[in-house]
Amino acid sequence: MISMSIVKRKPLPSWVILVIPVAAVFVTLLITSIPIIIAGGNVFKAYGALFYGALGSKFNLLETFVKASPLVLTGLAVAFAFRARFWNIGAEGQLFAGAIAATWVGVYFTWLPVFLILPLMLLLGFLAGGLWATIPAFLKTKLKVDDVVTTLLLNYVMLHIMGALLFGPLQMPGSAWPRSASIMDSAFYPILIARSRFHFGIIISFVAILAIWFINSKTVFGYQSRGVGINLEAAKFGGINTGMVILKTAIISGGLAGLAGVGEIAAIHHHLMMDISPGYGYTGIVIAMLGNLHPIGVALAAFFFSIISVGAQTMSRVAGIPIYITGIIEGVSLMTMLIFLLLTEYKIRWTKS
Amino acid sequence: MRAVTKRFVDVIANDKVDLKLYPKEVVGLLGENGAGKTTLMNVLFGYYNLDGGKLLINGEEVTFSSPRDAINHGIAMIHQHFTLVQTQTVLENVMIGMEGSFFLDKKKATVKLLKIEQEFGLNLDPKAIVWTLSIGEQQKLEILKALYRGAKILIMDEPTAVLAPIETIELFETLHTLVDSGHSIIFISHHLQEVMEICDRVVVLRTGKRVAGRKVSESSIPELASLMVGRELLERLEKGEAKVGTPVLEAKNLKGRNNRGLIAVDNLSFTLREGEILGVAGVSGNGQTELSEILFGQVKPEEGEIFVSGKSIPGGNPSAIIKTGMARIPEDRITTGLFMDLSVKENMILESHVNEPISKNGLINMQEIRSFSQNCIDNFSVKTDGMDVPVKTLSGGNLQKVILARELSGNPKVVVACQPTRGLDVGAMEYVHQAMLNQKTAGSGVLLISDDLDEIFLLSDRIIVMYEGKIMGEMSSKEADRDKIGLWMSGVSS
Repeated sequence: MISMSIVKRKPLPSWVILVIPVAAVFVTLLITSIPIIIAGGNVFKAYGALFYGALGSKFNLLETFVKASPLVLTGLAVAFAFRARFWNIGAEGQLFAGAIAATWVGVYFTWLPVFLILPLMLLLGFLAGGLWATIPAFLKTKLKVDDVVTTLLLNYVMLHIMGALLFGPLQMPGSAWPRSASIMDSAFYPILIARSRFHFGIIISFVAILAIWFINSKTVFGYQSRGVGINLEAAKFGGINTGMVILKTAIISGGLAGLAGVGEIAAIHHHLMMDISPGYGYTGIVIAMLGNLHPIGVALAAFFFSIISVGAQTMSRVAGIPIYITGIIEGVSLMTMLIFLLLTEYKIRWTKS
Repeated sequence: MRAVTKRFVDVIANDKVDLKLYPKEVVGLLGENGAGKTTLMNVLFGYYNLDGGKLLINGEEVTFSSPRDAINHGIAMIHQHFTLVQTQTVLENVMIGMEGSFFLDKKKATVKLLKIEQEFGLNLDPKAIVWTLSIGEQQKLEILKALYRGAKILIMDEPTAVLAPIETIELFETLHTLVDSGHSIIFISHHLQEVMEICDRVVVLRTGKRVAGRKVSESSIPELASLMVGRELLERLEKGEAKVGTPVLEAKNLKGRNNRGLIAVDNLSFTLREGEILGVAGVSGNGQTELSEILFGQVKPEEGEIFVSGKSIPGGNPSAIIKTGMARIPEDRITTGLFMDLSVKENMILESHVNEPISKNGLINMQEIRSFSQNCIDNFSVKTDGMDVPVKTLSGGNLQKVILARELSGNPKVVVACQPTRGLDVGAMEYVHQAMLNQKTAGSGVLLISDDLDEIFLLSDRIIVMYEGKIMGEMSSKEADRDKIGLWMSGVSS
């Protein structure tokens, strides 16, 4: 009989960490060619269409950036929290909170000077998401309530708060549907490239990547936050105020998710509605893991997911593959990445006996 | 065991080791930390598969794929940390895994247990709950468990490390009874005195290889010691003299509980002065850990006060303690002292990362960190592949050097070290000892909390003994009397 055991391996050289995502993507595409074949498609034609559809023309490429923008923000939100072992599964709810705040400013603050509208939307959107995330952070540090459960459940609380607002004070006058009035034009994110949807929010996402990278590697807070994540006991021993670090981490994490909500209002939909997010908050978790919790990794993972989701439409038209293949590719890519990451630390040994 | 070989990744933990055990014999297995003693025993007990060699029991070759196979062949292992269910009774613990059928037959089991207890003089109430038992009694229970399973060969991993001197004597009596009735024992220890006392033969391991086998009657402590370390085991410490000055650390009526809510530090006071080493002796588990946690600021004392250089320090606040400049060497370097996944340099700045010049206005200064870390690595000769590798790639001795470098580089007035050499090999131990002595001659006060009595005697100027959270007595090392300290350690005041 052959038996399998998992044993620790020698530390791998550091360049491996760069090769792994590429290898994981390659293996993912290899695995997902099986369902494509089953669906009667030609694998090369299908993947050709997928990448052409996402990257092949200027318009498609810009659209891929548009789609990546909220994913970068929720991915960073989750990654930043996870690094400090604050298990924030609540980016979806924090995104809603940001979207509500942005809608409120965009619809009602018509008296404000035009140049203050967007800054105020961003500020309140960030704070709304950030403060919503402080609730589970307090519960975790003061009462030791499990943060996975609280952050997840608060998503539904915020969903229903949003529902109450959309059937109540925020509902568009005269509408029977749960939707808000449209925000004023001066609350739109400016379009930066003509004849496309390439908007100001994409710049915000880039800035967020740099900001998180800066916080992580250059600030005292980044050091403390990492320390709290790696060894809470040692962090306390070293005089770090661990409760405060977790709280600040939660505000930044929730704030980033809130900014994703602002973007959906200010750049895409221009009004609030119940299905404002196709699960960006949850996809953010996958992206954070896929990006190995590193801001650059998160950016690449978000871009990859965006390629899949934008390109799948072309693939479906050209190769006749159902669009649901995106879900399969996303799921498989996460599994492959996690297995690859596991294999950087452990190896499988087969023994005959 | 013939030519037993076991590899981990690229480390050979056991390299063609032979070990023979005859009936009615106690064999001592000697070696430094990392010499491969525990691995060898885990192979014998079925935890690990062999990579080479074979196991023979009564002349027959056997292969174990799990501890159950080993138990079925009459082998039992008594770990240093007991594997008992604290909330169950003695009887229930003995019966675990041996229930037989679906229904528990407690009556039959009690009869069998009492018979074993009588035969070997191990008297324990079968109905007693485990956590109410003393450490010595819990160890008896572990032995009973083994005998109940019909064990003929007992492997004991450092059984005396947790015992008071009197309990050790009792244990040895039990072992003699066992041997007389035909059992065999493998006794793992690096306590040479005890090995000489209880063992018939010893096998010495060094870096995974068997370097010698000796009859105890034909060997001596110095010979075994030099076989263990491969050189003369004589610490060449320079014991400089220092002038004892003003108090630098005072504890007044400290009281604190352990994590089970029981009083662990009980109205404890002491004074530590400049230029002296105050040793805190005691059997482990008598409140030393809790005392260190209070002094380090990790735990707030229920009552009492701490003064550093005459100033009262708020309890339960690590950063307040750090600001006093106290050097803190925690008992558990891996869970408390270090971020194992972070780099060496990031571990060097754990306590100084909020201070200039390491950081300013919330931004860290990488250049300062690098030069500070390089100094630490050079001054304390830390063996590492640079400062950027994760600290977990370092050996135990070098991990401790990272902590020493971090804690001692600021010329502290007070050093509190809790079990600073636990788990270190002789070379690293010597290094730590010398570092403590250097601190003293430089004028610091050093509080040395240790359950290694040899270490306490070697370094201290004054010795206090802790028992159940209280100080049993104090004496200067000049008048030190091992017997008296031994009595104090077991709670007998005289």
